Amino acid sequence: MRHQYPQLVILLGAMTVLGSCSREDRILRQPPSADETLNTIQISGLNPGANLIPTPPSSNMYQESAYAVAEGQKLFEAYNCVGCHAHGGGGIGPPLMDRNWIYGSEPGNIFATIMQGRPNGMPSFRNRIPEYQAWEIAAYVRSMAGLLPKGVSPNRTDQMSIKPAESSTPEQTPTGITGVPEQPK
Amino acid sequence: MNAALRLVPGHLLAQAMPLDPGRHHMLHAAAPQARNIEWLYWVIFWILFAVFVLMIAAFVRAGAKTHVEARHPLPVLEKDDEAERRAGWGVGAALGITVITLFVILVLSVITGKRVEGLTSKNPVTIQITGHQWWWEITYPNSQADQTVTTANEIHIPVGTPVVVLTNSKDVIHSFWAPNITGKRDLLPGYSSAFWFEIDKPGTYHGQCAEFCGLQHAHMGFSIIAESVGDFQAWQQQQLKNAAEPSTSEAIRGREVLLTHACLMCHTIRGTDAGSRVGPDLTHVASRNMIAAETLPNTAGALAGWVVDPQRIKPGTQMSPNPLAPDDLQAVVAYLQTLH
Repeated sequence: MRHQYPQLVILLGAMTVLGSCSREDRILRQPPSADETLNTIQISGLNPGANLIPTPPSSNMYQESAYAVAEGQKLFEAYNCVGCHAHGGGGIGPPLMDRNWIYGSEPGNIFATIMQGRPNGMPSFRNRIPEYQAWEIAAYVRSMAGLLPKGVSPNRTDQMSIKPAESSTPEQTPTGITGVPEQPK
Repeated sequence: MNAALRLVPGHLLAQAMPLDPGRHHMLHAAAPQARNIEWLYWVIFWILFAVFVLMIAAFVRAGAKTHVEARHPLPVLEKDDEAERRAGWGVGAALGITVITLFVILVLSVITGKRVEGLTSKNPVTIQITGHQWWWEITYPNSQADQTVTTANEIHIPVGTPVVVLTNSKDVIHSFWAPNITGKRDLLPGYSSAFWFEIDKPGTYHGQCAEFCGLQHAHMGFSIIAESVGDFQAWQQQQLKNAAEPSTSEAIRGREVLLTHACLMCHTIRGTDAGSRVGPDLTHVASRNMIAAETLPNTAGALAGWVVDPQRIKPGTQMSPNPLAPDDLQAVVAYLQTLH
């Protein structure tokens, strides 16, 4: 059987497909910080009872918003994270370009690391960085290790680029570092 | 000279503007360069006005003639060499006049451009203007670092002294435009450029970003304050000082709150631990007339509103909300108001 109106079919098809597109919302007025979730934060993955690693206010709010990740990228520079971690390569601080980190690579771990500080130099940014910005930075840090979907990872920076954009970084696993077990092949 | 060119329509045009035209209007020149631009504007205006009148007159004449001829029986079309020749001359002459007129305008534009570019001096005031989303960083560079003045959104200059402006941008393309002073100049990220201007009429002039640069482009204003050399030097000396020590207990508390909250992640207050250069330098914030890039008056209420919820006032702005406790907020505002 042949369609009598192929144009109509194509048009209806296109409208159906276009209807599924939606513009990503930019949340400009962020919810105010919840009061200290930090005392409940754990560092070790071993714990009795429930798992208390903080979760973002809405688990997908920052990691699935390209705007939030781009804001995190800007803040990573503005708050001088690059001073120690460089653009992910590390220096004074550890590198952030693979997924196996001393204090964990889940958003909640990174948030806790930023807010609480860590031994040997990582300062605590509690009360200095608003919580929503810490979640944005956490999302961006994960994009450097290729842990975010390609669609939300930044494509470009405001600076001269010294490495490929986050959106073209594959997920990385650490190799050949002392003290880190080799990944099973 | 411009006054003579203005006549009646010019005065009407020059008033037709929502803002105070003395502060923000191309046709209220306060500087030699803007005066040249205004002169060119009026010359082209009157040339085009004459062209317009002639065209309309020609149309009316042609229409009236056709109307008279249409009453008679339609003429038999036959080749009329005389009429063809006359029409040919007519079209040729009109073409020639058009080309000459355009050429005159071109030459005048080039002359004006040369005059505007021609400003130079061996002993200028140097200003570095850096565009940010969405404010203007103003520095007066000096070979001695401690003699460098840094401020935001308000440019003080001595009247009658040539100023050389070094431009750059931190993020995207912005455009510096103070219509009473000179033409637009784009600020390009990562590309240093320079231009000159000079103001010969004391006053406060308004400027605006003229290149779409993101959400708050429309609220990215600045002002230029042209004052006597003495006033300018006094201002500069004041700006060189470190932040005033707070004297009241409320202001002392305000400084403490400011230094233990998010403020110090972005702002500098010289003489304290706040030294970040992400946002505007607040060392002498109380000496400015406006805050938030010419968006709000510099009053206690506006400061408090801006500190607590800038995203309500300028959605998308880089400043984060600061949900301070009420007495902390009062203290911070009290401290900011001591920073003259």
